[in-house]
Amino acid sequence: METALVKLSDLRRGARCVIDSFTDDVMKQKLLEMGCLPGETITIDRFAPFGCPMAINVSGSTLSIRVDEAQSIIVKPLA
Amino acid sequence: MQPTAFPQTEPTLRQVKVSLVGNPNCGKSTLFNALTGLHQKIANFPGVTVEKKSGSAKIYNSSTGKLTSLEITDLPGTYSLYPKSPDERIPFEVLCDPGDENHPDLVILIADGTNLKRSLFLASQVIDLKIPAVLALNMMDLVKEQGIDIKIDELERRLGVRIVPVNARKGIGLEELKQAVISELHIPENDIFETSPLAPPLLKKIRSILEMRSDYAALQIAHHRDAISGFHIPDQQKKEIEEALSSHEFDGIKIQSFETLERYKVIHEILQICMVKAINDKPSLSAKIDKLMIHRFWGYVIFLGILFLIFQAIFTIAAFPMDFIDQTFTGLTEAARNALPKGVLNDLLVNGVLAGIGGIVIFIPQIAMLFMFIAILEDSGYMARVSFLMDKLMRKFGLNGRSVIPLISGVACAVPAIMATRTIGSWKERLITIMITPLMSCSARLPVYTLLIALVVPSKLIWGVFNLQGIVMMSLYLIGFLAALGAALSMKWFVKAKERSYFIMEIPVYRMPRWSNIVYSIYEKVRIFLFDAGKIIIAISIILWFLSSRGPGQHFNVITQQIDQLSTEQNIDQEALNKLEAQRLEFSYAGHLGHLLEPAIRPLGFDWKIGIALVTSFAAREVFVGTMSTIYSVGKDDGESKTVRDKMQAEINPETGQPRYTPAVGWSLMIFYAFAMQCMSTLAVVKRETGGWKWPIMQFFFMSALAYCSSLIIFQLMK
Repeated sequence: METALVKLSDLRRGARCVIDSFTDDVMKQKLLEMGCLPGETITIDRFAPFGCPMAINVSGSTLSIRVDEAQSIIVKPLA
Repeated sequence: MQPTAFPQTEPTLRQVKVSLVGNPNCGKSTLFNALTGLHQKIANFPGVTVEKKSGSAKIYNSSTGKLTSLEITDLPGTYSLYPKSPDERIPFEVLCDPGDENHPDLVILIADGTNLKRSLFLASQVIDLKIPAVLALNMMDLVKEQGIDIKIDELERRLGVRIVPVNARKGIGLEELKQAVISELHIPENDIFETSPLAPPLLKKIRSILEMRSDYAALQIAHHRDAISGFHIPDQQKKEIEEALSSHEFDGIKIQSFETLERYKVIHEILQICMVKAINDKPSLSAKIDKLMIHRFWGYVIFLGILFLIFQAIFTIAAFPMDFIDQTFTGLTEAARNALPKGVLNDLLVNGVLAGIGGIVIFIPQIAMLFMFIAILEDSGYMARVSFLMDKLMRKFGLNGRSVIPLISGVACAVPAIMATRTIGSWKERLITIMITPLMSCSARLPVYTLLIALVVPSKLIWGVFNLQGIVMMSLYLIGFLAALGAALSMKWFVKAKERSYFIMEIPVYRMPRWSNIVYSIYEKVRIFLFDAGKIIIAISIILWFLSSRGPGQHFNVITQQIDQLSTEQNIDQEALNKLEAQRLEFSYAGHLGHLLEPAIRPLGFDWKIGIALVTSFAAREVFVGTMSTIYSVGKDDGESKTVRDKMQAEINPETGQPRYTPAVGWSLMIFYAFAMQCMSTLAVVKRETGGWKWPIMQFFFMSALAYCSSLIIFQLMK
């Protein structure tokens, strides 16, 4: 079953997805070091008031990330 | 080991330098406190303002009879050895520069057992540097709770270092950790991530120049070419490394990316064997708490509520110990005055030194409470939520969610708050945060506010619960905060951004604050206030005493003679004496200085006495109270020791015949102190953090102008 790739920022609260790749090299380094690796599952925990930043659960920890930063994470949504 | 187990003869002492390395929020500080207790000191790493916490611990080995003395340095938390902020540069420099004064003999790696993958990323980088290491596997209580099973023996074998499971909060496993630290140190043998194939000739060359064991250390040095000039190694070696780098091809960024992915791959393989995670879909307690704490509406209500409670507590609860200190000091002053023979020495001691010290000591309860609350918010994990809640709002003002922590810390002291801006990656956001943080009302203003509020705001209850004085106090803090936001907004337009702004941050799980951490934090802050600020305050008190009890010209001497004559008479005419005393102060050096200033500050409602206090306050704000104590003590030796508040309350304005400290004057002064830049330490830190005098000078003039104009408006409207 193939699912189209989307940006992490396009998903809603509660959505689950798997990291595919990154579009920004500088962000990529930061994300990798904090445990956001290709293949890891992300759950969108919540959005802050006014829609930004968002809190995501990834490999056992909760990260806070701005929506425009989340745009650089390409993910495969899980049903 | 218990100290009682020490043998009578001095055992052989071995000195070992130890560094603590770990991710942010892994429990590093807690472990540091548990290892060193109160034997710690805070200084700066050389050349930078990153706080360096170091401490010592002595460990006795009962089987060998050897005593080992550890010198432990707590390195700033980081996710990898590749630094992205000035803070994170420190672990790289300390660990990779063999000549660095803090370069350790041994590293204690701290891993969060609930987030082992990420912890091992940094840990494996350090292990590959081939420095002897022990891994403290922390948060074992949570590990059990979450049903994670870690095969420690197998993990030990694969990483090549000793592993000790600990629970730093409860102190479990500390003894085992200490024993592991003093056992035979050995260098990790195998590379966890094989570095040498990446750039074989270059790495070999660097290794041979520096006589290093580790390929990975050589790689790190090659990657951080710009940092080599700052290394503490012979210039000849620096030159040779530069030459080697110029003659070999080396794509640092590409290799870094490759290393990160490969290293995680290796760690993933290790963990597949060494760790079993239970499937756990239940929302954690933290997630449940966060439903409320970062709720889009209740989150803000709770945040404001917490701030409100803090200020109420500072004002009401702290009043009890403050009254006690006040009375003790009044008694002490009285005793000193009577015990010592009358004369210059008595006068200097009572009206100069004791008045100055009394003015400082009384604020310890409030400062301790303020730092206690900040430490609790930080330690529990709530501060990260505040950043999360506030980022979007803060960005509208050219700030960052991370600016909230410096701004809130600024309520305690602008100096550490400005240092805390180092976690903000974007220069523009960081600069704006630095520039506006001193507008937040710091603890040095607290004494000034306390004194002035007590003078001009009646103590009564509103709605039966809230103290009006506490509400005024909170509104002063709010005014400072609003001014800070306004200033940020205006700066946003004329500061150019150098790079993108980031806001990736971990939201740690909630934990009960660890009380010993908080006690250490309070102890350290109060000590700094008492001794660092205290020294200045006492020195200024003595100078002031001198300036206000001596004066130029004949007129001053004539008044002094008259006073001496009058006070020897049988029936002292107290009223005439007081008048003369006041005249003497007016014609003293201090009086002349105040008069010189008076034309400039009269429109604000200030007289020459306040003028003297303004001058002395430019060293540090809290000097205001000490100065007032000294000014009002000098020449009022009426045998009664009153507090400075009573004396100020009794002060009459000769022009109106009414009390000098009317609400208009009080408010004008409070607003002046809220906005004016009167802190040399802050200016010095801003200079260091921004790398020049441009920004501190701008900050000084901008804040002083704001203070002057605001006070002018307040006084003219209220009088």
